[in-house]
Amino acid sequence: MKRANWQELLWVAIIVVLAAFWPMLANGYWLGIGVDMMMYIALATSWVLFSGPTHYISLASAAFFGVGGFIVGTGMSDYEASFWSMLALSAVVGGALAALIGLATLRLSGVYFVIFTLGLAEMIRNLVSWIQNNFLGSRGLYVLTDFTDKHLYWMLLVTAAAVYLLGWIISRSRLGFALRIIGGDETVARHVGINTAMAKVILFTSTGFFGAIVGAIIAPRWSYIEPNQVFSPQLSFFVVIMALLGGSGRLWGPIVGVVPFLLIWNWVDANFPHQSILVLGLAFLVIVYFLPHGFVGRIDQLRARARGRS
Amino acid sequence: MLDILVSGLLLSGTYALVAMGLNLQYGVARIMNLANGEVLVLGALASFWLYTTSQISPILTVILVIPISFIGNYLIYRFLLTPLVRRSKTQGALEVDSILATFGMSFIFIGIMVSIEGGFFFYKYLSEPIQILGSTTSLNRLVAFLIAVLIGAGLYLWLNLSRPGIAVRAVSVSTEASGLVGINVPRISALAFALGGTITAVGGALISTFITLDASIGVVFTLKALIIVIMGGVGEIRGAIVAAVILGIVETAVATLIDPGLTLASAYFIFILILLFRPQGLFGRRAV
Amino acid sequence: MFRRKLLGLAAALTVAGTSVFAADMIKIGAIAPKTGPLAGGAVVTQWPNVQLWVEQVNARGGLNVDGKQMQIELIEYDDKTNPGEHIKLAQRLATQDKVDFVVAPYGTGFNIATAPIYGKFGYPMIAVSAITDKADELTERYSNLFFTLGTTTAFVDGVKEILIEQREAGTIGNEVAMVNVADAFGIELADRARELFGEAGFDIVYDKSYPLGTPDLSPVMKGAKDSGAKAFVAWSYPPDSFGLAEQAIIEDLDVNVYYSAVATSFPAFKGAYGNKINNVLGAGGTNVDDPVIAEYRDAHLAITGKVADYWASANTYAALQILEQAIEGAATLDRDVVTQFIKDNSFDTVMGSLSFENQVSNTFWSVGQWQDGVFRGVKGSNVDGAVSVRAKDGWSD
Repeated sequence: MKRANWQELLWVAIIVVLAAFWPMLANGYWLGIGVDMMMYIALATSWVLFSGPTHYISLASAAFFGVGGFIVGTGMSDYEASFWSMLALSAVVGGALAALIGLATLRLSGVYFVIFTLGLAEMIRNLVSWIQNNFLGSRGLYVLTDFTDKHLYWMLLVTAAAVYLLGWIISRSRLGFALRIIGGDETVARHVGINTAMAKVILFTSTGFFGAIVGAIIAPRWSYIEPNQVFSPQLSFFVVIMALLGGSGRLWGPIVGVVPFLLIWNWVDANFPHQSILVLGLAFLVIVYFLPHGFVGRIDQLRARARGRS
Repeated sequence: MLDILVSGLLLSGTYALVAMGLNLQYGVARIMNLANGEVLVLGALASFWLYTTSQISPILTVILVIPISFIGNYLIYRFLLTPLVRRSKTQGALEVDSILATFGMSFIFIGIMVSIEGGFFFYKYLSEPIQILGSTTSLNRLVAFLIAVLIGAGLYLWLNLSRPGIAVRAVSVSTEASGLVGINVPRISALAFALGGTITAVGGALISTFITLDASIGVVFTLKALIIVIMGGVGEIRGAIVAAVILGIVETAVATLIDPGLTLASAYFIFILILLFRPQGLFGRRAV
Repeated sequence: MFRRKLLGLAAALTVAGTSVFAADMIKIGAIAPKTGPLAGGAVVTQWPNVQLWVEQVNARGGLNVDGKQMQIELIEYDDKTNPGEHIKLAQRLATQDKVDFVVAPYGTGFNIATAPIYGKFGYPMIAVSAITDKADELTERYSNLFFTLGTTTAFVDGVKEILIEQREAGTIGNEVAMVNVADAFGIELADRARELFGEAGFDIVYDKSYPLGTPDLSPVMKGAKDSGAKAFVAWSYPPDSFGLAEQAIIEDLDVNVYYSAVATSFPAFKGAYGNKINNVLGAGGTNVDDPVIAEYRDAHLAITGKVADYWASANTYAALQILEQAIEGAATLDRDVVTQFIKDNSFDTVMGSLSFENQVSNTFWSVGQWQDGVFRGVKGSNVDGAVSVRAKDGWSD
């Protein structure tokens, strides 16, 4: 991931301010799409924050998202806790969980990490269901609040902006410098005395932290939490595909990936409802074979070409 | 106690077969195939579909599946994966590319399967109780286990005794060195990939006789196969067998003695132990 | 007569894409899973009944709304068993397609998740596949949401009553083996059952859960068998209701009460196991001897080509009949008026006369039993025709 500059921050700030007005313009269906977009922008940006510099493909988004939704559901339904306290708890648990997973797996090669995260959402779903079934008991996880899409949209927008800001600060810090070296060549990084595992664990922790927050914010929208839905592995695949489509080379990549992907996805979904999984698969292949660095890579390439000509 | 050993062992037969398939693809062809589980489910779908539409016995399906999946997997390697092998400069880059590409393929497979059968692949074949060492199990499990052992043994002998088999093993040890001694590495890799896919699909056809699958369950099998391969050591056929037996027995023991809800968690627990204490696998030599 | 033919033609034209007669069409939206974990249930009880109802209504000339015959135009979407997807599609139905009425979603969570969206636009939702103990709180919150299939407690109570009867008859003792699918509804039912069975003096000697989608249920059944209990209760979903029966047959589970929850009433259940599952108990039920039900089942088979299941199918159809009668009775497409009409009236349906008290209908079956090839209701609330329970006796053909 390249070092981010002030100009970029300014552009993103303008986009955030403009995006905040979307609920004033759109209602119903289009606001709903906006909520989806904000959710995936937040998730994909935090994915890029970790995977961009480390090149580790994380399929853990659904696990953290599920933890967030599940904690909000359990807390509000069975313990009459407030939404905000559960939101905070989700973030802490999500972060802690990611840190543990990171410590166990990030010292090794990337393949082990991919395998580990591949079934993680499924495993955590089994585990939390088992705990709930045997120790907590439940009369159904209802999340009944007065939030409407408008409120959730703004919460997600703030989350997405926070992820970006964190990434921006990291990319300009000593940690960001260390990560660029790791991304270039991990062996070199180790030889110059960088604690590569620690750097990766810190980044992965932030992914877990924000993933759980997003899951917690979405819970009121779903109103009733079922483990098999909140831990649906499909979410992880969506995050990866959108982040890669945008390009993981830059922190703003997901924005240019999420928006077109979701627009196309919704069009496909409405017109070819039975082929949508197939389309997801084709999108992966198109990226691997034709857009290996995503839109960002294309944009940078075109810019370089334009500069070369002038 | 004996119950656990018998059920666990019967389960591990098909696990071992599927893990061998993945081992050939990852250990020899160097392709991290995340669509492995979907290939397995494709085999299961073939078995289900032929049985329910035309009463064809799953054992016959196994024979039909062999040529079809061999050609299919060969074509996938030749046309979709070879470009990735050529373009990647390092093993790491190939891993990332092959993970994403096979991931995409897995969705395409799921999409195709959903359009054929969106529900569960439910059928009954040889679902009769039998007694083994005083423990009750079903006939279909035993038959699947015996066929898996037969195919596994055949593969093992082929790898150790035949010329192409030895070439496959050589490539698994070192691609460069094999190339130097005159082995046609791309051809052997394609062969190994196609063979691996075939074995996986056969495993799926067998598993479907005693386990009800659906189009989207593939990833669970991919995960288990990967855990077995890593536990046994990448490229180690014997390791995969031992690891499959361990996983099969541990899963059954946990489900019986502790709680059925914790089987996947126990597989993960084993995986973490391996990663922490023996990342090269039980039988692995190569440093990771 | 001529007018009716013309309307049929109009319907055909509109379906073909012409909207010349669009004014005489009533748009009804339906969203439910066609793929994903809940699809297996929805394609049995939800979709065929929507199809049956629409075809029947259109065949008889459409809905009579204040003297005007209106053909139904159905707009259907697959939610893929994904709440996010469902919410988006519900918004699409309400704001893009602008449908006149909706068929309530399939699944408890989906009904609650869409209640605010549909509520905002005043759509009445006559929920069928939604079972909850929180109906009071939910209906107070959502004045457009109606429940028809019963409560969690009622389902557990039905099973408890049977256990008590069988204990008195001496076929079972105090020991019960209980398993449940570790997902929302299964956890809730098991939680309630621990309490209610305990109060009734039962001892749950085997109490285990398994995750949704567990492909291999053999250890579960072996454990239940080893417990030695003469009563087996499973709070299960499809496909595990099938898997458990299969393992019970293989293990030759020696019990006098065998209950598995959802999907036991599916015709496929008997299709798979024949007479081996005679006297198996399951959730729901129907009064197959009722001529109205018999007529409904014949129509279901004739139009959809599938045998109706013996539980939620009839309830789903009844909910659509309520919507139909409410629109015709209120004689308007004004949704608030129609919603009020549902609250104030009783309706003549295949489930008998249905009415709502605080938006909840108390007419439903809670337990049924396979008896000689037919799944008959044995326990229910305000229903006629319950037959007496038989003890399970082996698993032979």
